[in-house]
Amino acid sequence: MPEPLLNVDNLRTYFSTEEGVVRAVDGISFDLAPGERRGVVGESGSGKSVTAMSIMRLIEPPAGEIVTGTIEFQGENLLTLGEDEMQEIRGAKIAMIFQDPMTALNPVYTVGDQLIETIVLHQNVSVSEARKLAIKALEDVQIPNAEGKLNDHPHQFSGGMRQRVMIAMGLSCNPDLLIADEPTTALDVTTQAQIMDLMLKLAAERNTAVLLITHDLGVVAGFCDTIQVMYAGGIVEYGTADEVFHNPQHPYTWGLLGSMARLDEEQKHRLHSIAGAPPSVIDLPIGCRFRPRCEFAIDKCGKVLPMLQSAEHGDQLVACHRADELDLKTIAVSGEQSTEVAS
Amino acid sequence: MSEVMSDDVDTPTEDVSQLPDDVIMRVNHLVKEFPIKRGVFFKKQVGAVYAVSDISFEVKKGETLGLVGESGCGKSTTARSVMRLLEPTSGDVWFRSEQLDGKVINVATASKSELRAVREDIQIVFQDPYASLNPRMTVASIIAEPMVVHGEGSKTDRLEEVKRLLRVVGLQPEHANRYPHEFSGGQRQRIGVARALALNPSFIVLDEPVSALDVSIQAQVLNLLDDLQDEFNLTYLFIAHDLSVVRHISDRVAVMYLGRMAELADRSTLYDRPMHPYTHALLSAVPIPDPTIEVGRERILLEGDIPHPSNPPPGCRFNTRCPVAVEGTCDVDQPEFLELEPGHWVACHFPEVKKVF
Repeated sequence: MPEPLLNVDNLRTYFSTEEGVVRAVDGISFDLAPGERRGVVGESGSGKSVTAMSIMRLIEPPAGEIVTGTIEFQGENLLTLGEDEMQEIRGAKIAMIFQDPMTALNPVYTVGDQLIETIVLHQNVSVSEARKLAIKALEDVQIPNAEGKLNDHPHQFSGGMRQRVMIAMGLSCNPDLLIADEPTTALDVTTQAQIMDLMLKLAAERNTAVLLITHDLGVVAGFCDTIQVMYAGGIVEYGTADEVFHNPQHPYTWGLLGSMARLDEEQKHRLHSIAGAPPSVIDLPIGCRFRPRCEFAIDKCGKVLPMLQSAEHGDQLVACHRADELDLKTIAVSGEQSTEVAS
Repeated sequence: MSEVMSDDVDTPTEDVSQLPDDVIMRVNHLVKEFPIKRGVFFKKQVGAVYAVSDISFEVKKGETLGLVGESGCGKSTTARSVMRLLEPTSGDVWFRSEQLDGKVINVATASKSELRAVREDIQIVFQDPYASLNPRMTVASIIAEPMVVHGEGSKTDRLEEVKRLLRVVGLQPEHANRYPHEFSGGQRQRIGVARALALNPSFIVLDEPVSALDVSIQAQVLNLLDDLQDEFNLTYLFIAHDLSVVRHISDRVAVMYLGRMAELADRSTLYDRPMHPYTHALLSAVPIPDPTIEVGRERILLEGDIPHPSNPPPGCRFNTRCPVAVEGTCDVDQPEFLELEPGHWVACHFPEVKKVF
């Protein structure tokens, strides 16, 4: 095993609200290798974005707090660094792209100002050199007439172009890790294809590790080497993209894949539906958090929280008490709910 | 066409001849433009957003017609115009009203009383279940409101009906006295559906009804819509940007681009043998949740961005981004929307069947 680029161990990030403590991320551990592209998949409230914010140390006390755990990046625990030291890592070694580029870019400065500022801040270069690097960065993300665009303000760009600017900014200092939080969710599908294509190309060329945070399993399928599926603050399954998609081990992953309408769906059929809704992260169920919605739950599931461990029927890790006895591959996803519609 | 016309001679109401028996709605040369005005005192029109530019299509009784396209293509404007939540700039929307015993009404020019009847026939479910339910009203008053507006039933009748509707959409009758904030997104969308059903409509416009929901919840709502369609014999106009969802729910699918129809066909034809280059690009861009398929897929990446609808290009609206556009033709002549094979309509000078995934 090569030294991991990132090692997250037993991370817990809680927020205190009037209703109670929100356990947004509740004891997750994972490694990321240099150059690895990881999909962090989950629905709203699963803790995927808070995981990213925790790594970037963007959790603001007193509202939110990293309660326990370590986040080692290149062997250094980010949680013990001072704000100044962390500032040197942000942007330079770990960069982040957000869902909504309009709110992430400052509307009163030109795109050039913001790019050049980032570069000057993190690389030991003069402003004129930074300007050249900024033009290069915009050219790398295929923005036409890059030099002229430096003087434009964010509102003069389309949504797709703005996201290109964000990627240019994120990659301008050649970070080792890029965290992309729902980077294409606000974009149209043809623009999404352009952006994902671009990110894949740039990340592969530069061997940049990527944490792609998304709710869209389709986007993950073409981009990621490995996937971790999150549910209600915990990781329920982790494995290579192939394993997770073709041989899901956790009933949640299995149900989620079955509940998706697919572009290549030939026969009109009933979608598998997972009953109920994700639990409130203030009032998490005891035991397995997926239990109230799980069609395979047994007594034990309501008592003991399952740990992530090697799966019996696949090469991935899974947090399910029944993973050994259930071979989900052999169970039809739609189960008894399947009713073929005669067309 | 002519034989259909002779079927209808026994009901000599206005323009029935224009709608064959199996058609519930015919949209004819629909145009919707929003004027752009400048100036403080003399609001002078300086331009227009050409949101919908001359589109025509039919909706068959009992089917789900999917209307897809990217932001700004005019799909939502079309949906709102056919039920006259927006006043069409020009064009006709012929609709067979059950409230008026099968009389065909031109919604675009209907009188107030006709429109009132049509509004019982046509209901809408909106995208955002957080914005479309009044937070100060109980679920009971939200669902009963259409009945109140149309003067249906006594107060107790209406409450009974609300409870029945709650059960129909998979909620509990006890939920009637709660407020929207007490429900999750999926449950709220069920409330929106219950409200749409309150007047026993025959036609429901679903404007991105599942886009705001998580995947596992989307499936619940899509299944519910399927069930309700069977049970109540509903016709759906389903607006969405998600081509996978549209394939799942629709019988026929129409693709719009920048205010015009690009292609319309039944679902398997549109997805398996699309003919318009925009449909090709759109379908090739949609990710499939399967790494093995994704690795081998070739995407048709379009150049540039969608032009703004206030300044659409001349000729074919897609010509500025089209990989097969021919100079002198596509940027000059607007292609007609033609039925190139039975039931398969395409607006392109150089249509070509292509399997893209």
